[in-house]
Amino acid sequence: MVRMTKDRWTAVAMITPSIILLGIFVYGFIAQTAWTSLTNWGTPGGAASLAEHPVIDFVGLKNYQDLFTGFNPRFRLDLVNEVFFTALFLAACLGLGLLMAILLDQKVRGESLFRTVFLFPMALSFVVTGTIWRWLFAPNGGLNVLPSSIVNAFSPNSPISPLPFEWFTSKSKLLTMHWHDVLTIVGVAILLFMFAVASTYWFKRRNLTVIFVVVLSSLAGVFIIGGNNIPSFVANEVHGLNVAIISIVIAATWQMSGYTMAIYLAGLRGIPDELREAARVDGATEFQVYRYVILPLLQPITLSAAIILGHISLKIFDLVYVMAGDGNLQVDVPGVNMYLTAFRANNFALGSAIAMIMLLLVAVIIVPYLYTSLRGEKHA
Amino acid sequence: MQSSKRILSVVIALALSFVALAGRSTVNAQDTKLSGKLEIMSWWVGDEAPALKALTDLFAKQYPDIKLTNSGVAGGSGIAAQAVLKTRMLGGTPPDTFQVHAGQELIGSWVAADRMEPLDDLFKGEGWDKKFPQGLIDLLSSKGHIWSVPVNIHRANVLWYIPANLKKWGVDVPKTWDEFFKTADALKAKGVTAIAIGPSWTQVHLFETVLLSTLGPDDYVGLWQGKVKFTDDRVKAAFTTYGKILDYANKDMDSLGDWVPAAQLLVDGKAAFQVMGDWEAGWFKAVKKMEPTTGFGWSAAPGTDGSFDMLSDSFGLPKGAPDRDNTIAWLKLLGSVAGQDAFNPLKGSIPARIDADVTNTKLYNAYSQSAAVEWAKDKIVPSLWHGAAAPDSFKNDFVTVLQVFAAQRDADAAVAASQGLADLSGIGK
Repeated sequence: MVRMTKDRWTAVAMITPSIILLGIFVYGFIAQTAWTSLTNWGTPGGAASLAEHPVIDFVGLKNYQDLFTGFNPRFRLDLVNEVFFTALFLAACLGLGLLMAILLDQKVRGESLFRTVFLFPMALSFVVTGTIWRWLFAPNGGLNVLPSSIVNAFSPNSPISPLPFEWFTSKSKLLTMHWHDVLTIVGVAILLFMFAVASTYWFKRRNLTVIFVVVLSSLAGVFIIGGNNIPSFVANEVHGLNVAIISIVIAATWQMSGYTMAIYLAGLRGIPDELREAARVDGATEFQVYRYVILPLLQPITLSAAIILGHISLKIFDLVYVMAGDGNLQVDVPGVNMYLTAFRANNFALGSAIAMIMLLLVAVIIVPYLYTSLRGEKHA
Repeated sequence: MQSSKRILSVVIALALSFVALAGRSTVNAQDTKLSGKLEIMSWWVGDEAPALKALTDLFAKQYPDIKLTNSGVAGGSGIAAQAVLKTRMLGGTPPDTFQVHAGQELIGSWVAADRMEPLDDLFKGEGWDKKFPQGLIDLLSSKGHIWSVPVNIHRANVLWYIPANLKKWGVDVPKTWDEFFKTADALKAKGVTAIAIGPSWTQVHLFETVLLSTLGPDDYVGLWQGKVKFTDDRVKAAFTTYGKILDYANKDMDSLGDWVPAAQLLVDGKAAFQVMGDWEAGWFKAVKKMEPTTGFGWSAAPGTDGSFDMLSDSFGLPKGAPDRDNTIAWLKLLGSVAGQDAFNPLKGSIPARIDADVTNTKLYNAYSQSAAVEWAKDKIVPSLWHGAAAPDSFKNDFVTVLQVFAAQRDADAAVAASQGLADLSGIGK
């Protein structure tokens, strides 16, 4: 038993209110949402969902089953959209952020001005960004008519027509595949991930926990076997990369790449000049300095940036809602669907189930990061 | 024998009028004393606000001591307002009264949840049970009670156009969708978009009028009662026709914020027709200062002549309303001839009361007059998107069906999905 000195009592007293508040307003409500997602609160045909004391029954995982194999394909379309959105958004933000940081790191004149200019979009809210880009990407206005209106103003005799891009109203899909293919791919990806981790452990001659293997391989089994045993109308749903989502990616990148640049710039400034000098003395070209010295040292920065951006993109709601409205399925994401399911369709249980899956997706990114960084601190 | 009957009837009439007078005087006595606050919640803000303002002005004149606030939330057909309302009701802080579409939106959501007070006494006391059409009262009723006061009647299946533009392009107003496609080809040759469509909810709105045209009014009603299935060939035909319509529509529909930017395409001469509810008449008149028949024209949506796809905005009395007496005063104003005649001319709708002054050309313009004639003789059918026909859950899911159809154009998949969703929502149970 630790002896309670006055200092310790003060510490406990200081920390208790926030622990209580966090416990209720974060973890309490997560638990309530998890519970709601296992009930039939608001399932159509059930008891009235808006009653003061609604009749709520436990139905197990029925809502999750509905999401993945039910009549309404919206959630499945959302998930695929979300995956592509996150991948493109991360790639664009990290690539552009790194590029801007490296350029700014060349000791250019007016560096602080550029830094502010690039960072500024981050100060806006996604609602503002969404409104502006909605106008810019309007197929009959904005960017599409910008070149033609300038050209036609100067040479009215030879008018050119506006650009034909459909932006976020496009309905075309790339990389089309069926829903059962999607599930199989996810299953195989989990298996590959497991083998990759297992083999690194095997090389380092450390023991892999049995639980890890059992959980991941059974998860992969659920996806692969389940994917080939669902009703045919669900299995044959067409999914793919919606071209329209690229417009949202551009808007989101415009807002967040400056922030990524700031993180990278801090990382670059943290690399001592001696290391670069040493590389140059050894005869490395400027490209080789970046490729073999700077980028490897920036790896932890990339990881933190990816995690921050990744959880923003998995939870995204406001940008899509403002930019594309609530019914454009080409750019729909789980956040919008959750809001509509809960508050337009009054199906609170199904809405909670969507919320829980979003939480799980974010957890897949955050938990391993927290685990490794906490373990790192303990070792250090 | 005859004379005694007459005497009896005179006595009854006297007694009734005395009761009525007494009732009126006590009501008035109460009215003057009313004070405090009244919070109403509606989505009539922005371009749709002038009509509500006429009502609130009238209310302020009658009850100068009541401070009325309108917690308006923008968004056509109440998309955002209804979500805010739900959180407030669930959170236990209901507004005093709120706008809600008569029909499933009121009955299926709020009455089923036991959140409303029945208004039977109000209807009896004011004699409204005889003053509103029976079909409308049926729509407002459930479990043997009446639950809200209707302010107006809107028609959803109206085709709008600008007569001068049609003349310029040399086309006529199409009576059926087949005629429409011919007209649309002619317009396309002139570089004009045939039909202006807005974001997803206006697409559902358009689709329901197409559905009405392929099914006819009786089977359209039967669809919502479960007597006709979505797998019916005529529903499939509706999807096919809808797909063709999309090919002639403005490609940027999903980028428009609401129905208003689509209507603006008509005014700008970029598009020829639009299927929208008759709040568009109010917008043409109040915002664009255009005159009916000369400035803007209308007809029934193609293939739906003789049907009146109806929706009605109404206000109810939620349980636990903080200013109950003031709410009742507000509801009384809404249901009165004066209230209905103040509101509807500006809204572009027609009064729900049968004894309102709808033939008064000073109040009601040519559009409203014609709508009132249609209301009296057409077959009345409930609107899907505007909350009269189907529960909220079906309405929400159906957006997905239409959007998936717009991208993939698979009518078989669309009817199968619609029927699946209808079964889930308990349509026809």
